[in-house]
Amino acid sequence: MSTGQLPRWVDLGLIPLINLVAAFFVSGLVVILIGESPVEAVQVLIWGSLGFGEGIGFTLFYATNFIFTGLAVAVAFHAGLFNIGGEGQAYIGGLGVAAACLLLDHIVPWWVTMPFAVAGAALMGAAWAFIPGYLQATRGSHVVITTIMFNFIAASLMVYLLVNVIGEAGSMQPETRTFVEGGRLPFLTDIIPGVDFGTAPVNFSLILALLACIGVWLLIWRTRLGYEIRSYGANPDAAVYAGINPVRTIVITMMISGGLAGMMAINEVMGSQHRLLIEFVTGYGFVGIAVALMGRAHPVGIVLAAILFGMLYQGGAELSFEIPAITRDMIVVIQGLVILFAGALEYMFRPTLVRLFASRRAPAAAAG
Amino acid sequence: MNKALHTNELGTSAVPAIELRKINKRFGPVHANKDIDLVVAKGSIHGIIGENGAGKSTLMSILYGFYEADEGDILVNGSPVRISDSKTAIALGIGMVHQHFMLVDNFSVLENVILGAEDSGFLASGISRARTELKRLEDEYELRVDPDALIQDLPVGLQQRVEILKALYRGADVLILDEPTGVLTPAEADHLFKILNVLKDQGKTVLLITHKLREIMAITDKVSVMRRGEMVATRQTAETNMSELAELMVGRSVLLNVEKQPAKPRDTVLAVEGLTVTDTRGVETVKNVSLEVKAGEIVGIAGVSGNGQTELLETIAGIRSATSGTLHIAGETIDLGTRTPNPAEMRQKSLGHVPEDRHRMGLVTRFAEYENAILGYHNDPQYSNGLFLDIAGIKAAAMAEIEKYDIRPPNPILKTANFSGGNQQKIVLAREIERDPTVLLVGQPTRGVDIGAIEFIHKRLIEMRDAGKGILLVSVELDEIRALADRVLVMFDGRIVGERAPDADERELGLLMAGVEGAGA
Repeated sequence: MSTGQLPRWVDLGLIPLINLVAAFFVSGLVVILIGESPVEAVQVLIWGSLGFGEGIGFTLFYATNFIFTGLAVAVAFHAGLFNIGGEGQAYIGGLGVAAACLLLDHIVPWWVTMPFAVAGAALMGAAWAFIPGYLQATRGSHVVITTIMFNFIAASLMVYLLVNVIGEAGSMQPETRTFVEGGRLPFLTDIIPGVDFGTAPVNFSLILALLACIGVWLLIWRTRLGYEIRSYGANPDAAVYAGINPVRTIVITMMISGGLAGMMAINEVMGSQHRLLIEFVTGYGFVGIAVALMGRAHPVGIVLAAILFGMLYQGGAELSFEIPAITRDMIVVIQGLVILFAGALEYMFRPTLVRLFASRRAPAAAAG
Repeated sequence: MNKALHTNELGTSAVPAIELRKINKRFGPVHANKDIDLVVAKGSIHGIIGENGAGKSTLMSILYGFYEADEGDILVNGSPVRISDSKTAIALGIGMVHQHFMLVDNFSVLENVILGAEDSGFLASGISRARTELKRLEDEYELRVDPDALIQDLPVGLQQRVEILKALYRGADVLILDEPTGVLTPAEADHLFKILNVLKDQGKTVLLITHKLREIMAITDKVSVMRRGEMVATRQTAETNMSELAELMVGRSVLLNVEKQPAKPRDTVLAVEGLTVTDTRGVETVKNVSLEVKAGEIVGIAGVSGNGQTELLETIAGIRSATSGTLHIAGETIDLGTRTPNPAEMRQKSLGHVPEDRHRMGLVTRFAEYENAILGYHNDPQYSNGLFLDIAGIKAAAMAEIEKYDIRPPNPILKTANFSGGNQQKIVLAREIERDPTVLLVGQPTRGVDIGAIEFIHKRLIEMRDAGKGILLVSVELDEIRALADRVLVMFDGRIVGERAPDADERELGLLMAGVEGAGA
């Protein structure tokens, strides 16, 4: 993520924009290929995600998930670690949320349950990331391998628990009982006067997500721990020279990362589904990687990227509803193209721009 | 001394195998090769010697087509050529044996030899032809190795033999060996030299890159010395000696003039006893070293780089673990064989450390200047505001250092990578010196630093000494050691081989640095 010799606005604004335009251009070609109008598709996509209250509500609901998983990946990035286990960490995080809600929902109001649910989600997610982190730090087992394996372990573990241990007795579904009022976060539509998000489940978690953004920003750029994380990520030898303990740094970073991923479960379990159910994560953990890449591992960028992916999710659903020829799979292709251009092909347009700006600056310098 | 030197017809009028004319190569601001001229006679063993970073490997990479020279001509057998990649080099009969072998571990010797030189899509025909050819090469050059053995089962010496076979199989007439003995045991090295002599007798030309003087004396016909990207001398090996070569390698071009009063050493502030360090490969890099540094003196460690100086400094600084040894510092005795390395703890004992390589260790170049100004001291209470860093305070402190050390540009939020080498080094020095440590370890304080900054840095170090601090200085620049140090220890092959006054005879120091035992005694 080097900034090269480009002005900041180009690096942080223009390049992501060009990447996005390129992604939509190629997506448009795909739409033409199946005989539909790309202009109409874009109209439907934007209208479906931003055109009316409920659409916006769904966009923000999905964005909430992406903010949490994007932050998780970003924090690990800063230590030079690639945590792709957000999927499993969020899934296990659901256990912490469910535990708090099942124990407290009959006794106390939601705002008393919430801190316990947040703590539970973060603790479970952190615990799930601790093992890969510890293995990386002490044994050199690569976190990319171990975190992805832990996604599978999490999936199997949750099925076992939901079917045999915590599932509601007598239910055909592998899920817990539905929480009552004390285990439900309020919908934003109900607490913000004059706003109508319709049936969209966007809830109080969005505020938690934004608080998490501020927290991550403070952690990474304003605390000693953040300084150590960034030192280790940028130059491990210099970090060791500076007396920074690599084992401690790796383990703590992975746990913070896992904790953030785990907190995604608040939005789904306590905010929307009101019960712990099977496979509620459905890919949000993986998309978090793209969100973090596109957002340059910075909270502001992550919020913007999360909203973009929220739009793709919501607008995509509308699109496949309005234009049946564009199936759900097509939407996945478009999302994939955005990830490809924003993440993997990040450096495709950069050299050209660097040259362009270098040649623009040279005559200016000569004239001055 | 020249017992292994073979007599052959040198200086005949035959066309040289390789001729380089005015080769220049720059990597950004680094001028790695400056106007290099080199003539390598056919059927000779030609040594190229120089310290790490002198530009030897760059030059050979140009010859082998890994890099293209910015300027200059290459002549092979008298005709000018353009070597744009290693394929061209091989076609011209130039082969290379790399320092780190380019072999596929789980392939057999035969498969490795034909790798990239398979004749057709099917291996079988090529393999049988290769087997015959390999047999012939083995007989002709006495390069015995089982063609069906897997590389991973072979000792390093034999793996190197496979590399040589690979080059010969491709028809190499000129063989470049890059630091070939670095990984070999002495017996294996002797065997390699025998092979090289056989190759020479069969008419091959050998270019041997090394920083070991003994090898040059033992095997080469001619030797060229490189220093800081320049070819400083070429000698007939029979007409030179180790001390001259050592002097040429280290150089004494700039007479450094540092004004200083005689030292007034007081109590011992740092003492090392019986320090032995083993690296991850199991090689002893520091062997039973003892030394002490008193308050108010600079102890210089002279030596050709790679003789254990790096490991010595890093172990004292708490970065590396040691096999055995004790350290006395700040009134405490630390058993180095059992401690867990912890640089933060050493800093608390008032030990400052300017590492040898500022890019690898001394700085996080991606950070802003002010962030590097607290590297290693970020947990000091003065920089904290509860859980948070006191950014405004850190910037103010960094600005004060920038002014005091004249670091340019004077901008603490500028990314460290954007400062010049000399200014980067000043950032490190300012950070370490301004903590006012009792003991300061300094490695290569002026490597890659311009003249003006060198003078400034030397003055600071003398000031520190005069303020009653103890300084342990490691430098490969003999002039720097002589200008700054009050006592000079010479390190060779992991040992302290002698102590001399800084005004000792330069030839004598050169011989000690070259590991010639009993020099001047």
